[in-house]
Amino acid sequence: MASMLKQALREPVWHVNGRIAFALVGLTVFLLLFPLLDPGAFYLHLMILIFMYAVMSQSWNVIAGLSGQISLGHGMFFGIGAYTSSVLYLQYGLTPWIGLLLGMLICGVIAVMIGIPMLRLSGHYFAIATLLIGIGCQVVFQRWEFVGAASGLWMPLTEESSWSALQFHHSKAPYYYVFFGFFIVTYLLVWRLGRSKIGFRLRAVRDDAQAAQSLGINVAKYKIIAYAISAIIMAPMGSLFAQYILIVDPDRMFNIEISILVLLMTVLGGIGTIWGPLIGVAILIPISEYSRIYLGGTGGAVDLIFYGLILMLICIFRPAGLISLFPKHVLERERQR
Amino acid sequence: MTFEIILQAIVSGLLVGLIYALIAAGLSLIFGLMEIVNFAHGEHLMLSMFSSFWLWSLFGLDPVVSLPITVLLMALSGVLTHYLLIRYILKAKMLIQICATFGLSIFLRSLAQFFWTPDFRNVDKPLLEGRIEIGEIFIGQPQVFAGLVCLFAFAGLYLFVTRTETGLALQATAQDREAAEILGIPSNRMFALGWAIGLGCVGVAGAMMSNYFFIFTDVGVNFALFAFVAVALGGFGSVIGCLYAGIIIGLVEALGGLLIDPSFKLLYVFAIYLLVVIYRPQGLFGRY
Repeated sequence: MASMLKQALREPVWHVNGRIAFALVGLTVFLLLFPLLDPGAFYLHLMILIFMYAVMSQSWNVIAGLSGQISLGHGMFFGIGAYTSSVLYLQYGLTPWIGLLLGMLICGVIAVMIGIPMLRLSGHYFAIATLLIGIGCQVVFQRWEFVGAASGLWMPLTEESSWSALQFHHSKAPYYYVFFGFFIVTYLLVWRLGRSKIGFRLRAVRDDAQAAQSLGINVAKYKIIAYAISAIIMAPMGSLFAQYILIVDPDRMFNIEISILVLLMTVLGGIGTIWGPLIGVAILIPISEYSRIYLGGTGGAVDLIFYGLILMLICIFRPAGLISLFPKHVLERERQR
Repeated sequence: MTFEIILQAIVSGLLVGLIYALIAAGLSLIFGLMEIVNFAHGEHLMLSMFSSFWLWSLFGLDPVVSLPITVLLMALSGVLTHYLLIRYILKAKMLIQICATFGLSIFLRSLAQFFWTPDFRNVDKPLLEGRIEIGEIFIGQPQVFAGLVCLFAFAGLYLFVTRTETGLALQATAQDREAAEILGIPSNRMFALGWAIGLGCVGVAGAMMSNYFFIFTDVGVNFALFAFVAVALGGFGSVIGCLYAGIIIGLVEALGGLLIDPSFKLLYVFAIYLLVVIYRPQGLFGRY
């Protein structure tokens, strides 16, 4: 057991060695100072999207990479998070911060409710179920009058920028720091999770469910835990994004593209690794934003063609993702003496 | 609410259910053979409808006449799918297999959208038009024809799989790949054949639907979802289970839409899936 644990701890991708830690601290300091360099609204927006999708992909990575279950409708939790905080703010004047926490709670509960029947079975059932429920959610929200039905809800502008209403009119920098904070916290937590007992059990379940069960691990329970954690990570991004663009509508918040993107970014970067989602996001978000600028958002779906193509190519040639291109010694802990 | 209206809904549900059944049969056959769920199934349906449409609009061939061409094209695309994509992921983890066919689905749909725009199209003045009246019940001719063709295709598929030597070889491969290979059945070619037949079924369904359904790039999404439900309900890998499951789904959709609220049709079908998974995960006729 102890030797297995040692081996698992050395698993390269969840590991941070001295060099990487140094680079990370440097990067963090740079990102903290970034808005002070006055980079302009576009670059702040780009960074905000990168932070947001980094968190969302990491959320998908927890259920898919750690426990090996594919969720094809993960955007659902994004939408529910967005709607929870927005509806509470509009109807009851509740600050989005509390709405955000409630959204996390609701998403966690929903994930458990979906997980209990679906995660007992083989992965296909779960994948199909998430696809159906994701689309079902959009259908419901398109017709639910209380939440604005198909036209959605607009957030009324506050007079002044305010932290309690989470609206900043003069600069994107406060949004930047909020998203950055969530990004750092999420990655630290998931990193801890990956090295915790739950993380090891989840990976045991992923790699060989029968063997894990024979060791006394309650397979279904751990899958459900992973799903709930993953939903809870996803939800606040929806709430924050709703405050960022100040509108929620079913076609934007429950867009199937969200579910596609989080999957694609994680698989592209490297599924089941802490850096994988970040690598995928850092590559795809700038490409998608620049292609939007130069090709125009004409609905030609050019970027989706490439997403689908990349996804297939990665699955054929590099199932471990781009992170597997890095030489091993960069990722692994320094050799033990 | 009269008796006639309910009967009318039952007949329509039955006819559309036969189409769902055939689409699901293709999905189920492929899954039974290699345990890969084709998440691009809806996009293949979309392609077959567009094939019917273009044959009509460019060469003036009616969808009924061009049915064999569409089926051949779809079978060919099935073989291509196998040799270009599926072959490489046969031994990969389930996770990668799902991602690969999901990627294919995104790719095909957006490619279609890029070339053909998301406009709605339909076949003007097809051979089959008008309706049949039986008492108070009206049934569209194309729907009846589509239902019958799907039923025939289903019977053909069933006979092929259970009565011919190739069909038995297909079954053997589905049961035990290695044992079948030892007996001299080339599993790779069987897989390609499975894809050809599976997508051929979709081709039949798509060609028949192009007679009366709007043709657009997202058309396959809902049909694929229903096919997933049908496959789960019929039992993963059971072809005959799909027939019953498809009909049940058609009926639930039609009656639910009539009796409760038509705008939530999708959700009634999804509810079946939840019930199946909770109470009878092996499906009606499932092997698993």
